[in-house]
Amino acid sequence: MELANPNIRRDAFGRTINRDHSPLLAIGVPWLTILSGSISPMLPVIASVPVLPPLGFIILMAWRSLRPGLLPLWAGFPLGLFDDLYSGQPFGSGILLYSLALIAYDLLELRFPWRGFWQNWLVASLFIILYLFSAALLAGGEFSFLRIGLVAPQIVLSILLFPLVAHLVSLLDRLRLLRVRRIR
Amino acid sequence: MAPPAAHRSSFNKRAQLGLFAGYVVAGTGALIGAVLLAISLVSPETFQGLRTMASDLASPAGEGGAMARTQGGSVLDAIAGYYDAGSKNAELEREIAIARVRLAEADALRQENERLKGVLNLTAGDTQPVTTARLIGSTSSSTRRFAYLSAGAADGVTNGMPVTSPMGLVGRVLEVGRISARVLLLTDPESMVPVRRATDDVVAFAEGRADGSLRLRLINLGINPLEPGDVFVTSGAGGLFRPGVAVAMVSEVTEDGAIAQLLSNPAATDVVIVEPIWQQELLEQVAETTATESAIE
Repeated sequence: MELANPNIRRDAFGRTINRDHSPLLAIGVPWLTILSGSISPMLPVIASVPVLPPLGFIILMAWRSLRPGLLPLWAGFPLGLFDDLYSGQPFGSGILLYSLALIAYDLLELRFPWRGFWQNWLVASLFIILYLFSAALLAGGEFSFLRIGLVAPQIVLSILLFPLVAHLVSLLDRLRLLRVRRIR
Repeated sequence: MAPPAAHRSSFNKRAQLGLFAGYVVAGTGALIGAVLLAISLVSPETFQGLRTMASDLASPAGEGGAMARTQGGSVLDAIAGYYDAGSKNAELEREIAIARVRLAEADALRQENERLKGVLNLTAGDTQPVTTARLIGSTSSSTRRFAYLSAGAADGVTNGMPVTSPMGLVGRVLEVGRISARVLLLTDPESMVPVRRATDDVVAFAEGRADGSLRLRLINLGINPLEPGDVFVTSGAGGLFRPGVAVAMVSEVTEDGAIAQLLSNPAATDVVIVEPIWQQELLEQVAETTATESAIE
């Protein structure tokens, strides 16, 4: 049998006999990728205008739309806390916005359970716009609605980046579910 | 894609309770976040310790990235240099000829300056830099403008020290960790620097606008004397920044001042200089007197 078709006992995630997913990868990969997105202010980009998309939040949205229920509902607290340490926002704004975003996404999913690519992109875009505006309002300093032009390029870039990040996350999802653990 | 099974309404009491508990925990998290946010909006320095610890942890990686950035830039520059070597050479020779004349003029000015200073009994205020360091990152996705510096308390950096580049003022140190520090860039909306026009004594405040430009607010209102192209330098008022460091050039005149472009673009600087606070003793005295006054009250 195997001589005729060597892939017969394999699926997309590796050998199916005697192998299982590693819990470390299965749970760790989403958390690690979101945290590494949050650490992007340490990239050597010294910008005098807010240009970089909020990578931590976008990766969080991508994981949330790909795998509902993978991240617990309270994940906004630790993830937002970590983001606050580097983002330059006043401490607590990340915790608040990440938590609210996850709760809102959950409620939205209750209303529209069946989703597809376009709907995911639309919802994520909505969340990114709301997130960036609230972050700018909460940042302190004077920010009025007259200065929308300040965050507009960032919003456009973030929305265009989402499908790319979502694709990357789906690749990482295959890594996450690789059957690497040997069952004895 | 189908929704996960746990979300479907069912008679499974345990699943329903778990769902409810999840909402309660997440809601509590959001509430805690709101409280922390309120605290840090009222007193922004509250969580300084946590932040500096985090940036200390991440700064070695950031420093590697900053080095790679400057080296990568020079490689590209070297390649680009081959393309227009001839015209560049001619241009450089012409510039050198002009520069020789200027140098002679500057020498004359320096001598005159020393003579005048001698008349006024002023000593040349030579400031020794505290340290030189790299900008390893900036909060490029937030409307606040901070940069991370690859030097901290271990190098003698303290709060309030001005950060300059050869092109002019970059910002001032806001929070200090052991091996890293957070710099408030001039373009941050909360940054305010007392400045004056380089040619005369028109004084103003330079406020950040978070988009790479500064708003100059004149202190003496009246007829606006500013014109596009005016260069502003620090005035030394407030005692934090030493006078005469270049800050910005006026690009657009408004009713009560002007919009000015930053002279030392932090994106183009790889190595910056941390300078000591200009009049530290004076500032400490003022702080002491206000403290005792408030104690008496």
